[in-house]
Amino acid sequence: MSQDTVILDQDGIARALTRIAHEILEKNKGTVDLVLVGIRSGGDHLARLLRDRIAEIEGVEIPLGAVDITMYRDDISSRGTLPVGKTEIPFALDNKKIILVDEVIFTGRTIRAALDALIDIGRPNCIQLAVLIDRGHRELPIRPDYVGRNVPTARDEDICVFFDHTHPVEVRLVKA
Amino acid sequence: MAFRHKHIIALRDLSKDDIEQLLATAESMREINSREIKKVPTLRGKTIINLFYEASTRTRTSFEIAGKRLSADTVNIAPSNSSATKGETLADTAMNLLAMKPDIIVMRHAVSGSHYFLAGKVDCSIINAGDGAHEHPSQGLLDLLTIKDRFGRLDGLKVAIVGDITHSRVARSAIQGLTKMGSSIFLAGPPTMIPPGVERLGNVTVCATMKEAIEDADVVMMLRIQQERQGKTLMPNAREYARYFGLNPQNLQYAKPGAMVMHPGPINRGVEMSSYVVDGSQSHILKQVENGVAVRMAMLYHVCGGEME
Repeated sequence: MSQDTVILDQDGIARALTRIAHEILEKNKGTVDLVLVGIRSGGDHLARLLRDRIAEIEGVEIPLGAVDITMYRDDISSRGTLPVGKTEIPFALDNKKIILVDEVIFTGRTIRAALDALIDIGRPNCIQLAVLIDRGHRELPIRPDYVGRNVPTARDEDICVFFDHTHPVEVRLVKA
Repeated sequence: MAFRHKHIIALRDLSKDDIEQLLATAESMREINSREIKKVPTLRGKTIINLFYEASTRTRTSFEIAGKRLSADTVNIAPSNSSATKGETLADTAMNLLAMKPDIIVMRHAVSGSHYFLAGKVDCSIINAGDGAHEHPSQGLLDLLTIKDRFGRLDGLKVAIVGDITHSRVARSAIQGLTKMGSSIFLAGPPTMIPPGVERLGNVTVCATMKEAIEDADVVMMLRIQQERQGKTLMPNAREYARYFGLNPQNLQYAKPGAMVMHPGPINRGVEMSSYVVDGSQSHILKQVENGVAVRMAMLYHVCGGEME
């Protein structure tokens, strides 16, 4: 534990989410056609917090969904099968502007899987990506539109977002 | 946490956790089945051979659809057009199929335990789609899922199973699954169709009459009279069977109000169930078929990542 560095505490996470909410509204000029989809599990909680922030700022509650990407992974045979979570998108994605939300972007493979999953469900107008932490080391040409904090990391380090039930409380850099 | 079985041959071989995980995955799979485009790329590049030595419409179609929705390539082999009719043994057929590098063989065979024999010979995954009078795990799991949908749980329920228990692999899988999850089973049927010692399978009671079995039951599971599997000696005729062991609106009243009625199909209308019950509001028969696809998707998905124990 002594090797860990705290990157963001609870207040830091809250400020980052508030800024991202403002950036989303600024870039999209309001909430028209906006929907939030969080990647399970973790991103779905952050997406819900972003929805609440946007509701506070604009007074509009935008649709919220969650996507589980287990079925879209490219490493099934090598990892053993993981429990499959539920994808819950109770609204049509056609012609919507999707804000895809994840905790940490690393190689980009999770986002690739989530993009495939969303495109199988509908034909959105565009997909934008919001992440709490960008830790680098991309293996695919994928770039987030909204970033809470850029954190340079070594490959063998790990970024952990700690939750108290559904509420994020701390982001730590864990050294190998 | 991860599911670690390479084969699914019998619910007897699975733990309560394994079964819970398969059901949880099946519930997630249902979301895919409700989409407009019902396909995910999960098993892309995997080859599944459906090897059916016995007639089947529901199970084979359901496994085929399940494989296709997961993007696997599925190939069906039926006895009428396979080399089994030319005298090839099961082992030889398996070795020949194996030379074509399938990832999963889904087999139905008339001989109980033939899947264990096959699993010892091949290096791909084996899924049992019914073996003789042994087990039919995919049916057992879809029965569990359908019951769980209705009650939200699988423990503490009274489940009546009525009919030809001796020849029924559906009953054996249901008994294995339901007793593992904590429900109690009450069996009824002509004495010639109740296997001796069946109580040893778990929380199972053999009842003397149908009324005794379905009294206060939460679930009434009717079995098909398998005319192809038995000689003429087990029951006098279908009309007498219907009188003593057929489910009709009158004797269904002995069960709890709103009790669910299930049947693995195909139904002999007027024999084990009257049409009033088959088409009635308490019937969950088509729901069972619907859940069958999701459950089979879960089975195919989980054996693909499983490792040798």
